[in-house]
Amino acid sequence: MKPFTYERAHSPAEAAAAAARNQGAKFVAGGTNLLDLMKLEIEKPTHLIDVNGVGLDKIDATPEGGLRIGALVRNTDLAANEHVRRDYGVLARALLAGASGQLRNMATTAGNLLQRTRCPYFYDTNQPCNKRDPGSGCGAINGYSRQHAIVGVSDACIATHPSDMAVALRVLDATVETVQADDSVRKIPIAEFHRLPGDQPHIDTVLMPGEMITAVTLPKPAGGIQIYRKVRDRASYAFALVSVAAIIQRDGTGRVALGGVAHKPWRVEAAEAEMPRGAKAVVARLLADAQTTPDNAFKLMLVERVLNAVLADAKGVQP
Amino acid sequence: MQDPEELEVTRRDVLIVGAAGVAATMASQLSRGQAPSEGPAAAPQPVLSRVSFNVNGKPCELNLDTRTTLLDALREHLQLTGTKKGCDQGQCGACTVIAGGRRIVSCLSLAVMHQDDRITTIEGLGTPENLHPMQAAFVKHDAFQCGYCTPGQICSAVAMLSEIKAGVPSHVTADLIPRQQLTTDELRERMSGNLCRCGAYSNIAEAITEVAESKI
Repeated sequence: MKPFTYERAHSPAEAAAAAARNQGAKFVAGGTNLLDLMKLEIEKPTHLIDVNGVGLDKIDATPEGGLRIGALVRNTDLAANEHVRRDYGVLARALLAGASGQLRNMATTAGNLLQRTRCPYFYDTNQPCNKRDPGSGCGAINGYSRQHAIVGVSDACIATHPSDMAVALRVLDATVETVQADDSVRKIPIAEFHRLPGDQPHIDTVLMPGEMITAVTLPKPAGGIQIYRKVRDRASYAFALVSVAAIIQRDGTGRVALGGVAHKPWRVEAAEAEMPRGAKAVVARLLADAQTTPDNAFKLMLVERVLNAVLADAKGVQP
Repeated sequence: MQDPEELEVTRRDVLIVGAAGVAATMASQLSRGQAPSEGPAAAPQPVLSRVSFNVNGKPCELNLDTRTTLLDALREHLQLTGTKKGCDQGQCGACTVIAGGRRIVSCLSLAVMHQDDRITTIEGLGTPENLHPMQAAFVKHDAFQCGYCTPGQICSAVAMLSEIKAGVPSHVTADLIPRQQLTTDELRERMSGNLCRCGAYSNIAEAITEVAESKI
């Protein structure tokens, strides 16, 4: 790990100002991904701003009937919150499907959104990776790509976004709120928050340098049957091969977002018109532009089967 | 002939000698390289920072390299070597301690981030003469082979039972609304962050179940 200076911020404004003063600074909250990457010298901040003392750890009702989740609310607390469990079940389920009890106690809402890919070529500093070292190439495209993205990919990168929580936020139409050093605030729809890799896969989100997430807001409850179904290589404590977040209404209409298939939570609103016609019809539009490798082509069929199971589950029948 | 007692070394001594050997090798390689002043841009210097927290009921004040993890602070600076370093990347759970009442992996947390925190390690749960009920249950059920993951398993299990008591649901909880029961499926899911390469899982599950049932 490279040496770094360290300070504790006491307010969001103080944290944003500290970031503006220090090029090479990073915010740290849970640290569960950042520290891991710092040990490998994939992340090399010269200054860490500890934001654990800035507040932002509450979950409040909004005047619109939704919820405002502070950036520092821990994954455990968000999943256990009674409003989330009752009205946003897909979010509680997605959180509980991720990581381990210990990590959920540490990881924050904002940090979960900002975690980096777990692509093994990104993690292995002996391998080329355009995300870690822009212009060095992609080891995954002609390498071992079983876990990688099948849609929204580029010639530069086929990494996936690893978050389960973000997939649920996408299907719930969440909004990410931020603050910058000049006190300006932004509200970024979750659909626009994460980027596709394009020719700049080293940039994961639309955040500006030094911009800090203060909260994630949810609109009023969408109702329906809310399901998060995750398929992985072991029963617990593993990243998704494929996951489906769905909100399905009694009349068969609904929304669906996918995890484990793209550089961001994957949702195509136009495909949702096909929901009453079943999984095959939805997936045909949802993954219409898929570009698979021989290793990960199985994900096309897997998505359809998982969505089929989710739709059957919502109807209370065996698939 | 040497007195066999003179040869007695602890496992920790062997590990320390091993690490020193590596350090010596690195030092000799460095001495063959350029003098620091002739090297490329001067390497950033380590930064020290003060932090005070409470470990097992005792206040501690440390002046640490900011890079020091909570795990290394406990083991190398406070000599509390009960907490183990397994993977050092948050995947195995051997370094689990309880901070502010919650189980965390101490390898993915910087010591300086724990100002004023209350940390409980395996040494703080019980003593050899007065075991914590979870420690006693692990002994009774033979819930380990090599024992390396055990301190993390026990800290994790103690805090896990508190999570159930607080109403935190899990991935296998069928209905998110009512209070959860500690079924075997719940226990296994909730303990999935603690790996045991010896595979003592069935006995670990029995030990935890016994403690959970005695509390109800």
